[in-house]
Amino acid sequence: MFQELRHWLHEAFVRWALRVRPPEPAPIVLTQRRVYVLPTRAGLAYATALGVILLGAMNYNLSLGHALMFLLAGLGIVTILHTFRNLVLVTIRPGHCEPVFAGSRAQFDVVLENPRLDARTCLRLFIEDERPIEVDIGPHAGTVATLDVPATKRGWLPMPRLTIETTWPLDLVRAWSYAVPDLNCLIYPAPAAVAPPLPWSGESARGSSRDGRGADDFSGLRDHQAADPPRHVAWKAVARQQDGPLLTKLFEGAAAQQIWLDWEALPDAIDTEQALSILARWILDADAAGLAWGLRLPGVRLAPDNGPAQRAGGLRALALHNHGAQ
Amino acid sequence: MARSNRLVSRRQAWWLLATAVAASLPLTPQVPLWLSLAAATAFSWRAALTWRQWHLPPRWLLVLLVIAGTVGVFLQYRTILGRTPGVALLLVFLSLKLLELRAARDAVATALLCYFLVFGQFLFTQTIPTALLAGLTVLITTATLLVASDDRPPPQQQLRRATLMLAQALPFMLLMFLLFPRVQGPLWGIPQDRFSAVSGLSDSMSPGSIAQLSQSDAIVFRVKFAGEVPPQSQLYWRGPVMPSFDGRSWRVAQTLGAYAEVPYAGVGAAVDYEVTLEAHGRRWLFALELPATLPPDSTLTSDYQPIARQPVRNRMRYTQRAWPDAIAGMNETPSSLRGALALPKDGNPRTRAVAAGWRVQYGGDGAAILAAAENWFSQQLLIYTLNPPLLGPDIVDEFLFDTRRGFCEHFAASFVFALRAAGVPARVVAGYQGGEVNPVDGYLVVRQYDAHAWTEAWIAGRGWVRIDPTAISAPSRINSNFAAAVPAGEQLPFLARSDLAWLRELRYRLDAITNGWNQRVLGYNPQRQRDLLADLGLNEPDWRSMTAVLSVLCGGVMLGLTGWILRNRLRVDPALAAWRRFTTRLARRGIAWQPWEGPLAFAERAAGQTPIHAEEIRKIAALYVRLRYEPAPQASELAQFRTQIAHFKP
Repeated sequence: MFQELRHWLHEAFVRWALRVRPPEPAPIVLTQRRVYVLPTRAGLAYATALGVILLGAMNYNLSLGHALMFLLAGLGIVTILHTFRNLVLVTIRPGHCEPVFAGSRAQFDVVLENPRLDARTCLRLFIEDERPIEVDIGPHAGTVATLDVPATKRGWLPMPRLTIETTWPLDLVRAWSYAVPDLNCLIYPAPAAVAPPLPWSGESARGSSRDGRGADDFSGLRDHQAADPPRHVAWKAVARQQDGPLLTKLFEGAAAQQIWLDWEALPDAIDTEQALSILARWILDADAAGLAWGLRLPGVRLAPDNGPAQRAGGLRALALHNHGAQ
Repeated sequence: MARSNRLVSRRQAWWLLATAVAASLPLTPQVPLWLSLAAATAFSWRAALTWRQWHLPPRWLLVLLVIAGTVGVFLQYRTILGRTPGVALLLVFLSLKLLELRAARDAVATALLCYFLVFGQFLFTQTIPTALLAGLTVLITTATLLVASDDRPPPQQQLRRATLMLAQALPFMLLMFLLFPRVQGPLWGIPQDRFSAVSGLSDSMSPGSIAQLSQSDAIVFRVKFAGEVPPQSQLYWRGPVMPSFDGRSWRVAQTLGAYAEVPYAGVGAAVDYEVTLEAHGRRWLFALELPATLPPDSTLTSDYQPIARQPVRNRMRYTQRAWPDAIAGMNETPSSLRGALALPKDGNPRTRAVAAGWRVQYGGDGAAILAAAENWFSQQLLIYTLNPPLLGPDIVDEFLFDTRRGFCEHFAASFVFALRAAGVPARVVAGYQGGEVNPVDGYLVVRQYDAHAWTEAWIAGRGWVRIDPTAISAPSRINSNFAAAVPAGEQLPFLARSDLAWLRELRYRLDAITNGWNQRVLGYNPQRQRDLLADLGLNEPDWRSMTAVLSVLCGGVMLGLTGWILRNRLRVDPALAAWRRFTTRLARRGIAWQPWEGPLAFAERAAGQTPIHAEEIRKIAALYVRLRYEPAPQASELAQFRTQIAHFKP
């Protein structure tokens, strides 16, 4: 109950503190209006110590005791300014973000820029509940910080709220600010660990080879994978080495190995997410096997091809299946 | 926070050790030897831990050591409260804290302990060297806090940054020092242990007691006269008056706080001055004869000595007025006069015989007897010396007739004895005579070696009259100083010697500096604060107006510093500014510079998309990289870069 209230209050504060509706347009400049400063626990201990020194100085009528206390109090004030200065006017731009599979970690790159002639020291960036990373930014320079969060669901993962803070130089006060850079990570469905073999039936037209070499132009061997068609297993090679792993024969000629990965071909009993996982596994396998593959989803049709672009396109289609925005 | 759990690095450990040493060294004279040795052992242990990267000692051992240290301090002082035991305990904690440096928060705790120890030094001394040393310790401790936050920069840089931050803190310190509403301590029970016995005048006088003081050049008080400094022979600083005599010692009478105002009227010119009295642990407030006003919180004894309500435990300052020609005691009470005639039943028969002769000759004419006594003293050819021979039971007789050598207490005691024996009420007055004007700041400095004893006789119609029997035999004691009156070859305190002119000069300067420090810095109290603010035009300053002024001024300083902080907000690197113009132009053509793209990669992409400008774009990007990332770019290159961008029209 208390925890909930605290959380709610914190969220309300952050909403107010951000001052812009997320996501924010780039570049995000941490202006003085959105940098907050409070003492740290060490700062509170420091303030208490000063109070004790002041009482002692009063009781014993020590002029130098007063002077010491006032000097340290001045140092406290100066520290506030230095810490504030260390953070204020840092510029944040959304950087790059590679798509990842659900179940792994999405990595958001943000570009931090320092328009000032002094370095920024020991800035800590973190996303709630994640480990902070610490960066310095040189004078008039920029740096890229990579923040990772677990990717749980396929689709677009917007970058969560970023907290950027610093307690430099004396660890007595903490200056912090929030930012929500406009950065989205595409999360592919997690490839199924157990999947039916690649669908070699239907339109996997063996006769449509464009060149003369066809499927028999042997090009090499590799470790057998569950999805490889059984007739490509190199039985002779396996027999030669006792207890060795199964090997699969690879063949030249992409067109010769054309298959369709079809949503409709999957049994109806499988639910959507599972089906997408299986399709993702098939895309990876087909891509690894160097096959030319096409993808058919409700409302999406990808012509057979292979290569990184085809793979990315296929996975993207899976990620965004029935997901609203494409 | 994740950060405070970070382990203390070796570099941080070295810094913390240095801070601890700097903070504890000045305290070694104040704490017992065993504690200094224990602290030194702990520091060496810490050094070994850091050097060899050994494991920290186990927690139970540290707990045991803390208990042992606390018990040790208790056994030493029979308490753990108060000044010295408190500082000793802090030293125990600091030494052992160094042995359990684990996380960054331990570093902060250690630094705070060091700040406390700096404060601890001030409990014992507040001299200029102490202040300088403390400043150095604060600097090192602050640098250590910086290192605890970020230990990568080299030591010089850390010290430089600490200096910068402390320099920025100075204006706040000055403002708060001047304007923070001061409270006159103590806030709770008087800390007794702060004051140990100080040598000085005591409430009794026996042969040798003042001569002993003549070896001390400790300062008793300083005086700033409002006008001219009166002649040396008038500078009688009245201290305890001693009317009762037991045959050997003279003692003060217990008649404290008789008057709230001076019971006599002023005659002639008044002398105004301000006394800065060093702490001496007694209630006496020294005043030029005869005091016309009383310092605040003080009363006058029945024999005209100002007495404070509380013993003088801190240096204190009071303004005073004196009437050198005042006539006091015209209507002295019979009981006082009886007390001023009392003598032991027997002893000193020869002096008694001489006095009896005056009595026969002049009867009850006190003034005539006094004149006869002065005359007789001057004929005795008494010698003023620091090393009088030891005296037997009849001290007055032996001094006046046999040895004839004595210090001021011999002269005063014998003179009073003789007058009393002749039936004239008389008493011994102790105090200080003379003093030395420091030509640098004009303050008159009175030291322990100026201690003196003189006499007062009561004459009908004239009241109490001061007679200095020492001056009868050794006038130079009164007219210049005691060093001039002492025969050559006798050992004088270093500062009383006048043969080394340059040393004297140096001493004057040092003393003027010390006095300035005492007056302006250490003596800055609620009263001074009110005076200063009144001088600055703040009428009737109270804590509210002081706080208001303080807040406004501190706010002003903060604004100034904030201006410095946001100063280069708009100062963008000119190369970057030009590059931005360039990228904006390309962006209008649909070739936007992505933040994660390096300038060269972007140039390649842009060149690929607008082949006509490819050459130009590559050139600009190369120049940009040179200007921004290579050491020492030329100003001409920047100009070239700017023109190229100005002419770039995609």
